[in-house]
Amino acid sequence: MVEKRGIGMIMMHLVLIAGIAVVCFPIYMTFVGSTLTHLEIIRPPMPLLPGPHFIDNYAQALASGVNAPVGRMLFNSFVMAMGIAVGKIVISILSAYAIVYFRFPFRMLAFWAIFVTLMLPVEVRIVPTYEVAASLNLLNSYTGLILPLIASATATFLFRQFFLTVPDELLEAARVDGAGPVRFFKDILLPLSVTNIAALFVILFIYGWNQFLWPLLITTKPEMNTIVMGLKQMMPTADDYGNWPVTMAAAMLAILPPVAVVIFMQRLFVKGLVETEK
Amino acid sequence: MATISIRDVRKSYGTTEVIHGVSLDVADGEFIVIVGPSGCGKSTLLRMVAGLERISGGTIEIGGRVVNELEPRERDIAMVFQNYALYPHMTVFDNMAYGLRIAGKTKQEIRDRVNKAAAMLQLEPYLERKPRELSGGQRQRVAMGRALVRDPAAFLFDEPLSNLDAKLRVQMRLEIKQMQRSVGTTSLYVTHDQVEAMTLADRLVVMNSGVAEQIDTPMAVYERPATRFVAGFIGSPAMNMLPGTVDRSGIALESGRILAVPEAERLETGRRVLLGVRPEHLKLAAANEATFALGVTAVETLGADTLAHGRFEDSSGDFVARLPGDAKIAAGERLPLAVETGKTHFFDADTGLRI
Repeated sequence: MVEKRGIGMIMMHLVLIAGIAVVCFPIYMTFVGSTLTHLEIIRPPMPLLPGPHFIDNYAQALASGVNAPVGRMLFNSFVMAMGIAVGKIVISILSAYAIVYFRFPFRMLAFWAIFVTLMLPVEVRIVPTYEVAASLNLLNSYTGLILPLIASATATFLFRQFFLTVPDELLEAARVDGAGPVRFFKDILLPLSVTNIAALFVILFIYGWNQFLWPLLITTKPEMNTIVMGLKQMMPTADDYGNWPVTMAAAMLAILPPVAVVIFMQRLFVKGLVETEK
Repeated sequence: MATISIRDVRKSYGTTEVIHGVSLDVADGEFIVIVGPSGCGKSTLLRMVAGLERISGGTIEIGGRVVNELEPRERDIAMVFQNYALYPHMTVFDNMAYGLRIAGKTKQEIRDRVNKAAAMLQLEPYLERKPRELSGGQRQRVAMGRALVRDPAAFLFDEPLSNLDAKLRVQMRLEIKQMQRSVGTTSLYVTHDQVEAMTLADRLVVMNSGVAEQIDTPMAVYERPATRFVAGFIGSPAMNMLPGTVDRSGIALESGRILAVPEAERLETGRRVLLGVRPEHLKLAAANEATFALGVTAVETLGADTLAHGRFEDSSGDFVARLPGDAKIAAGERLPLAVETGKTHFFDADTGLRI
């Protein structure tokens, strides 16, 4: 690392501060907007300091929102994002375990089949997936929101690569110690994968939280809406002027869970990195 | 504790056979060292005993029970790996206790056994540490402790000391030997280091290209190597080999020069042989008593010994004599050397077998 002193250091900090300001200013404006009244927002210039309506706006957003209560939508999003993240990790770690540690016919075919699906994003298969989900009566259900998005080639691939770096002797030592496949997975492999699981969880949770197209298709009732699609619906369209303070309050609330996940998991993640012996 | 009996064991990968029928009977409590150059199949043989490699042919019995188709955990063995293979996320205690937990022992028994092993290996202060907080030697002890607490029928060691530095290796070598003596568990130990092999073994198995060339006590292997390979592999510096033909008065070398070797009298005249002489069985002699003179090309002084390297007349190979440390020798000299009586070895030039 290059250590700068004097002018160099000041310049460095100025650039960093400028960068942070550029990124944070819109978020700050959203926060300011969520504390004003509708009229104050739409009459230029918009104030740069928070107003006194914080509690009113957030209470209204959480309890009733515009179409559906934001509280309900946050809960839906949380269930979906958790379901997707946990489901993807469980499925991909198990399939990676099978592919790396077991010899069975068509093993490589299975691996490549999973790998090839990397090239197919949700959007490509969305019509047939919808068809299947609809015929299984999964519309307007959490299962419908989660299940079709749960397979993950990327996570399977990542776990496979990680498992390949685990020394074979660990498996052999565990076998000599009397551990069967399930015990080895539970006692040795899973604890060693904690770092990877934490990192993947962060990525997958945000992926799930930000899903837009699929929830839009699979849910028709407002009480099953997720926050991301709810936000879009709260935006004023052609002939109504919407409710900006409530919308902005909803937007602020929508970013809190992903931020919380990042902050919480990052600690685990860094801890894992420090503790892992290489 | 148990006997191990290996009968005509073979291993093939596809159509390539890498172990060509090894047979070995290990007595109860015996310490067997399998030694050989890398790629000779010694580790594969050990892993077949452990159950980590499938056996292509022959049978392996542990304690009178054929274990060919048994999983490692059903064979009642414990193994120490070269890179220790400690579970990095577990404490030393948990590492040692893992096998016992799986075996369903009670908490009290696990604690007793681990503490006993820890006391034996001086690991008590480290029980709550993770493997990464230990030095190489301590990790090695934990790996041994993990084997020890199981109280298995046999210990299997796969080059356990090769990741340690030279000083620690000597120390751990002694500790392994003492530990094995005190618990009396049958042990198979794989190494490529002949010093380890000689010092640890009750009996040695010298392997080369998938064949056990000789199975005998260390001294017997040293004194009567069964093949040319064993002769060259055991002993340091390696045994000097001179190709020649048996003549009425000794051994006729390729150059036509005849060495007066009385032991050659028992051999039929005209037979093509290799004459083997260990460097330490050569001594300085008066010119008229010398078997031959060696043109010295290089001298290595080791303190206790002086190694004189030389070319033997026109034969191409390096020839080494191990002389006392106080011998004053310089490169370029011609050293009159005599072979100690009875210390010559003869091998058939074609088969390499001892004659």
